[in-house]
Amino acid sequence: MAIDIQLDPRGVRFGAAVSLLVALVAVVLGPTLAGLLVTATLALLFVPGAIWGPQSTVQAALFKTFIRPRLSAPTETESSLPPRFAQQVGLACAVVALVFGLVGLPVGFFVGAGFVVVASFLNAVFGLCLGCEVYVGFKRLVAAR
Amino acid sequence: MLERVLIIVAVLAVASLAYLWWQRRQGKVTHIDDAEVFPAAGAGIELAARATFIQFSTPTCARCPGTRRLLHQVADGFPGVGHAEVDAIERLDLADRFNVVRTPTILVVDGAGYVRARMSGPPSREDAIAALDEVPPVDYSI
Repeated sequence: MAIDIQLDPRGVRFGAAVSLLVALVAVVLGPTLAGLLVTATLALLFVPGAIWGPQSTVQAALFKTFIRPRLSAPTETESSLPPRFAQQVGLACAVVALVFGLVGLPVGFFVGAGFVVVASFLNAVFGLCLGCEVYVGFKRLVAAR
Repeated sequence: MLERVLIIVAVLAVASLAYLWWQRRQGKVTHIDDAEVFPAAGAGIELAARATFIQFSTPTCARCPGTRRLLHQVADGFPGVGHAEVDAIERLDLADRFNVVRTPTILVVDGAGYVRARMSGPPSREDAIAALDEVPPVDYSI
């Protein structure tokens, strides 16, 4: 289903910046109807990345169309598998926020959406991919079961 | 609304500080007191006489190739120092045993096979050379 391909790290960071903006809007609006619609959009944006990898997302299409042509070739590339895992974590958090928002538990909404804000902020601004850093640890946990 | 914006700014400021603190510790050398033996033969690794950098990597790790190049260079510059790589996903047993949670993680193993130091995250050239200080060269008179 997911093949390991090489990505331009700047594209991954751009995608994180898009996620950050959408998640920020969701948190500022809160668990209102508008806020929940934005959170649902956030979750949908994560879905292709969680299934196939960041290269299949709407954010990647934006990057390829508008930004990539203005940049020089990447000096290094990275595997799509850890950022795909990170997209799965993002999707899980967005879904958690959405579900808590729908059942009327604002705390859960803010924790889920807030995690997406922090993780995508660190990725967009510093290039740190939280999901990638814990990838080996996660594999160990899964294998231990 | 304003309150939420202020909370977000505060949370992101804390996250930034946490990141900067974490970034400074990247690749720093940790001394190991109760040295364990690394099963080099079982991992298909031949140990160098003084020290071997054993780097845990994954094929999917973005910063591992750069660390591999750096450690190769450093190893070439010192007699009796080598470099070897272990796939942490293929050898989850070794990752478990030596508590590798992220890649690259580098164990510094002496000539007898004892793990004397470790570095988590990509080290700088200075870090890698400092790690070798944990395994001083053996002096031979004849």
